Amino acid sequence: MLITRRADFSASHVCRLERLSDEANRALYGADSNPHGHGHNYVIEVTLEGDPEPETGMVFDLKRLKDVLHREVVEPMDHRFLNLEVPPFNTVVPTTENLAIEVWRRIEPHLAGPRVRLHGVRVYETEDLYVDYFGGQP
Amino acid sequence: MIRLTRRYRFCASHRLHAAGLSDAENRALYGKCNNPHGHGHDYTLEVSVSGQVDAESGRVGDLAALDTLVREQVLEPFDHHDLNKEVPAFAERVPTTENLAIEIRSRLAGRWHRVFPGEGPALDGIRIQETKRNRFELLD
Repeated sequence: MLITRRADFSASHVCRLERLSDEANRALYGADSNPHGHGHNYVIEVTLEGDPEPETGMVFDLKRLKDVLHREVVEPMDHRFLNLEVPPFNTVVPTTENLAIEVWRRIEPHLAGPRVRLHGVRVYETEDLYVDYFGGQP
Repeated sequence: MIRLTRRYRFCASHRLHAAGLSDAENRALYGKCNNPHGHGHDYTLEVSVSGQVDAESGRVGDLAALDTLVREQVLEPFDHHDLNKEVPAFAERVPTTENLAIEIRSRLAGRWHRVFPGEGPALDGIRIQETKRNRFELLD
């Protein structure tokens, strides 16, 4: 069974490679490369896979899942400039792809159990753009 | 592996009418969708690509190239047009959302390797919503 919990946070970011010129960055990342950054209302969906525990009828304690998401992702990223304030985005470009991988890395160790595992992380940068990561080689 | 999904919108009119059936049979089969002068929908199209994330750029593929491909192959020919009368693929084929999905996938897949050569991302699938109450998926 799959269960999904949603959370959201608002943050600014800029996507650019320092070794490239402004023109080359614009060609690669478009308006996302504007040097002073811009923001999004990010939405993340975290999906767990497992079997309901016979006694409680739950795959995972959703309150605990909410707490993990809040502590590992929302609290450190909400209303922050990702490049300047949230490692590893001081050295890794905060694309939606890399954000999905980072969310997985932060929460996965807290969600593994005998009958449950993290199945996937979806990050919406906007309503019209989202990325899914299911672990493994990104 | 990462999957990136982009959502697009287009508005188009269509009429569902199978040439081999009688008027009564068409009405029974397609209901209101068979009304003679056609009707329209605000379609939502999701296109998913999958592949490896480039270690330096942090991206799975060139989003602008995907946007251009979808704009040229789908949005420009379909948006604010009558699918039956203005899209040759539906001159003979009924423009159900199933057939629309097959046509869109074929248009994208046929030009995919020109836009994303070599190690570029693969077409992972498309999803079309005709209305908020129904969704059609074609997964690669």
